Formats: sequence, structure tokens, C-alpha cells
Amino acid sequence: MRWVCILFPQLALDAVLRQRPDPDEPLALLTGPAQRRVLQAVNGPARALGLRPGQSMAAAQALSKGFVTAEYDAAEIEHWQQFLAAWAYRFSSQVSVHYPRAVVFEIESSLGLFGAWPQFEARLRTELTELGFRHRIVAAPNPVAARVLANVYDGLVVPDDQALRYHLGQLPVDRIALEPTVSTALSRMGLRTLSQVQALPRHTLARRFEAQVLKHLDALLGLRHLALAFYLPPDRFDVRIELNFDVQSHQALLFPLRRLTGDLSAFLCGRDSGVQRFDLHLEHAGLPDTLIKVGLLSAERDPAMLFELARGRLEQVQVEAPVRGFRLRAEDLPSFVPQRQELFDDRPQQSLPWEQLRERLRARLGDEAVQGLRFQADHRPECAWQTTVDNQFCGGLPGVQRPGWLLTEPLAVHEGSARILMGPERIESGWWDGADVRRDYYLIQTRAGQQGWAYRVVGEGGPLWLQGWFA
Amino acid sequence: MGAVVALDTLFNGGQVWKGRPAPPAVSPQPTGHAALDAALPTGGWPEAALTEILLAGQGVGELQLVWPALARLSAAGERIVLIAPPYVPYPQAWQNAGIDLRQLSIIQASERDALWAAEQCLRSGSCGAVLCWPRKADDRALRRLQVAAETGSTLAFAYRSMAEAVNPSPAALRIAIDAKPAQLRVLKCRGGLARTAPIAFAMGH
Repeated sequence: MRWVCILFPQLALDAVLRQRPDPDEPLALLTGPAQRRVLQAVNGPARALGLRPGQSMAAAQALSKGFVTAEYDAAEIEHWQQFLAAWAYRFSSQVSVHYPRAVVFEIESSLGLFGAWPQFEARLRTELTELGFRHRIVAAPNPVAARVLANVYDGLVVPDDQALRYHLGQLPVDRIALEPTVSTALSRMGLRTLSQVQALPRHTLARRFEAQVLKHLDALLGLRHLALAFYLPPDRFDVRIELNFDVQSHQALLFPLRRLTGDLSAFLCGRDSGVQRFDLHLEHAGLPDTLIKVGLLSAERDPAMLFELARGRLEQVQVEAPVRGFRLRAEDLPSFVPQRQELFDDRPQQSLPWEQLRERLRARLGDEAVQGLRFQADHRPECAWQTTVDNQFCGGLPGVQRPGWLLTEPLAVHEGSARILMGPERIESGWWDGADVRRDYYLIQTRAGQQGWAYRVVGEGGPLWLQGWFA
Repeated sequence: MGAVVALDTLFNGGQVWKGRPAPPAVSPQPTGHAALDAALPTGGWPEAALTEILLAGQGVGELQLVWPALARLSAAGERIVLIAPPYVPYPQAWQNAGIDLRQLSIIQASERDALWAAEQCLRSGSCGAVLCWPRKADDRALRRLQVAAETGSTLAFAYRSMAEAVNPSPAALRIAIDAKPAQLRVLKCRGGLARTAPIAFAMGH
């Protein structure tokens, strides 16, 4: 039992249905050119009306008018399969979308974390039901067998190879994902189940069929390994829901909003990241989108919280035109830091490491905004400091009196507005780099009692120049 | 029976006044100035709260007031953040005050972003002390800083102009620095009556 296959028997229908508030509404998905629309898939209530896949639209409308239609969009189905893979990525790093309408992932290494299989299966089912996808789950020793068994079973667990051999042997030959010509040929030979096929000598099968058939049978039994391309989650989240009618009140937007934030949360859990900033686009016919920016103080991924925050922003907005589409985009997905909980923690809740805080500040204020300070061994005050990003230790000059604040541009001190308390101290340096200074520094006190550090260039008269405050 | 209420819940809820109030806890952040410590009810900077320092001009010892606490925090490996300081901190002076410059970070921000940055730093809980210079902050902005300091249990210092002394403030402690004569006045302190007598505060040279 190493691989789980989750098959979505009506992925296309579920993808459309989950965006509608009423799931019991009869729904038919249409395909084909505009001249000849054909029903591709119908849900249960629509089936009860007499609609069947393959009917033409005209025939369906002759039977009933009380159903809604949507386009059967292959790209949309692909998108939802990717979404479900992102959801499954939470449980396993080896997730594959090799098979259409199904997600296959390795599970044995995750059971230690998520508990025994029955609980884990229950969790998978709960989450999928909440997301609104019908599903069949089968666990088997190899991915090919899991996928094939999901054709027939739901909730089956195959613990070992012997049980696998037994369960596979029961399968009829037309359900084991062989080419139709091959399965027809086999059934015409009188072979109904896989066990009968396996009982045949290998070389006779090899002579009668293409090499592909034996390879597939070997892969089913785990004798031959299938190389799967694993799913890699994307770095951004961008999902759009098209509303089929003009929405004029925000009440009607809450359902799609809840879906979108729920999907975002499922995606974030899969990537083990959070979201700090995301955009809601309200699309209008013929007008530019209304953009609602939602920003958070810290990275979050709780669906209820995301929904409440987005709802708060949405309710504030006045839109001038009816809304036709709804879209949620999240570009920046920082890693999620769960609340640190230590028994003896002197800093309570939501402690954010300095590195993350620095990144957040830099993201908003600019790359140069966060600086360190460093002493440079130079006597000239304007050269004695340097901003830095690394934090290496650097020595200083102990015992020399220097002001706490340094002015970047010296200010002239008016005659008589300050008196000299101490000085002079001569600083004479910099003849080697062209910025030669010869100054006498004084500790001065202004009339208001402020203490400053001012200089006069040696050999020049004139006012004192204030260069620092003894703060 | 709804009338039965556990005594503990009554006492802990603060609804019943007990005759002998517990003395306020001693602050783990002494200011390093003995006279000031003696005047403050907790014997130090209010922990996890905003302290407002009001001054008429620069160069009256406003840094010397906080340097001992900052030096102790930086020695303990806590980060000290200056948000949009008005001038360049002279590294040598700060080092001579005992502050480890490796623990010092300076954030350059505009007036509006500075308040945001201060709130973020305070709330994050990863800084030991945050110093900011809000120029046009109203009481709502200060209240936000105060709440953020409580959330992240961080020392927050806001330097403001002496003209703000007449306005109410949500800060836990307000200290005015007079230059002439050199003294400190405690305008407000949480947890006790503010001492009206000024405290002598000579700048050390």
C-alpha cells in the first residue's frame, strides 16, 4: 500500500457545480460547434429530466427547459486537475497528474505524519467533499494498479502483492486500461478476467500482441516500474470564476469569494506557505476591472480568516458597473510561520523572526531601507560611519568623547547664540584622499541648553559649524 | 444556580477591590539612572509598552536617557531598531555607551511609512527596543504603537516635541526632558501617581 489514486469521476461537472450556490440544479455541459451543440456531461438532477450525454442540444431542449448549461472546457479541467494536485501536495511530495482526471501520490512515507490509513482516508474524503469534488480513493502497492483498481472500486486498500494479484485477477479485461482492440481480442478468445490472461504462458501473449500489452500487465503487477513525472507546485495563485449573470450586490459575491479563499488556502497548505497580499479583481463588461487589494500583517492561510479579511474589503467597495467575473491573484507567497508555542516562552504569540521582518520592511520600503551601522577607523566624523548590511564586529576608539547624533551637513552657528564649554580638539586628517580637513572641535552649549559639537577650520575665522548633538 | 460564582473568577476578573493592592511588579528593564528608577512605580521602563520622551530640541541628553537600557538589551542579543532617526548615529558614541553596533538596525522611511514600520517591528516581537520619531502622530497612531508594543512585548520609545505635552497620550510613561535646568519631569506613568518634583538629570561628559 504505497500509492493512492484519487479518481474524480465527474471532474468537469464538479468544477462547474462547485462555483454555483445550488448544487442540485440540473446542469449539462455542452461541447461541439455552434451549429451542433452536444451534451457532453450531465449531473444527477439533469439525468432525472431525461438528459443523456451525447444528446444534441435541440433534443435536450425538447425534453426540458429547466436546466442550465455551461461550456465543457478542456483547459478548465486541466486547471482543476492541477489544483487538486496542489492540494494533494500537502500530503506527499510525490504527486503525479500522469492520468487524466486523477491524482496519484505516494503515501507510505506520509502515514507516520498523518496517522493510520483509515483516519487519513477519512481526512482526504472530508477535505475533498468540502472542496466539492466527487472522488474514488484506492490504495495499492503501485500507481498503475491503484489507477486501474479505481476504475472499479472505491475505498479499496490493497496491502501487499498477493492481495493485489487477487484483486487484479478479478477485473474484467475491458477495465484494465488496455487498448480497446486488445481487450476485444482477448474477450473474443474467451478470456474474461485478468487472472485468465495471466494464466496464459508469457511467450504466447508476446507472440499474439504488441510488446505494449505485456509491459502494461507487468506494470500492473509491479514487476515493472512506471516512471512518473511529479507535480511541481507553481509559485503563484491565480483563479477566476466567471459569473453567469450580472451581480449588483456584494451578497451574491460572497459565495464565489468563499470558494476562492478556500481554494487559496488549500493551495497554500500544499505549498506550506502563506499569503500576505492578494488582489481581488471584479470584472465588468466593457470597463476596466475593479481591483481590491487585501494586505495582511503577517502571512496567513486559514480559510476562514482569509475569507473574513477579503469580505471586509469587498464590502467597503462601491462598484459602478455590474460584476461579470471574479478573480483572485496572489503573487507573493511567503513561507508560513505557525504560531510559536513554547512552554517557557518569554515572548508571547506571533513572534516573527528578524530575518522575515527585515524582508517585509524591505519589500515595502525599498531594498536600501534597512541598514546596519558600522564604525570606520577614521578620525574625520563624516568618514567615521558607514552603513552596512552585514554585521561584522568592528573595533572603536574608546575614551574619546563623540556626540550621539551626527549631522550630515554642518550648520552655521550664529554668533552669540552659543557658548563654548570645552575645546578645542584638533582633527587633522585625510591629506591622502583629497578630502583634507584641519578643524578645531568645541563642545558648545546653546542658549536653550542644548549641547552640540561644532568646529572651526584652522586658520579661518567666521562662525562655528555645528556637526553633532550630544544627545 | 447562577448565583454561585467562584471567588477566584471574581478576584481575577478585577471586579472586587482587595484592601491591600499588590505592589506593581518590578520592571526587568531598569533605566540605568538611579534617580529616575526610584521615581518610576515599577523601578524601570514600563515593560512591553510605549514610552514617550518629550524634548524641546536636540542635544539635551535624550539618547543618554535610553542608552543604558539599550546597552543591556544589545548585550543580551536583542535587536535595537531606529526608525527614521533625525540624524546619523555616531557609531563611536553609541559604542562607547556600550551598545553592540551589530545589534543596531536603522530603517529609513518616510513619515507615513515610519509609523507602519514601527508597528511592524513592535508587533513582530523580534526586537528588544524600537525607537521612533513620529512628527505628526495623533493619539490613534500612538495607541496603535502602544498596542503593538504590548503584542510583541517590546520596549517602544517615541521622541516627540515638547509642544505635545499638553495633548493626551496613550503612552504608559511620558517623560519630558528640560535642558535648562537639566532635569526630567515624569508627566504620566502607569501604575502609580506621577511624581511632580523634577529629577535632576545631568548630561555626562
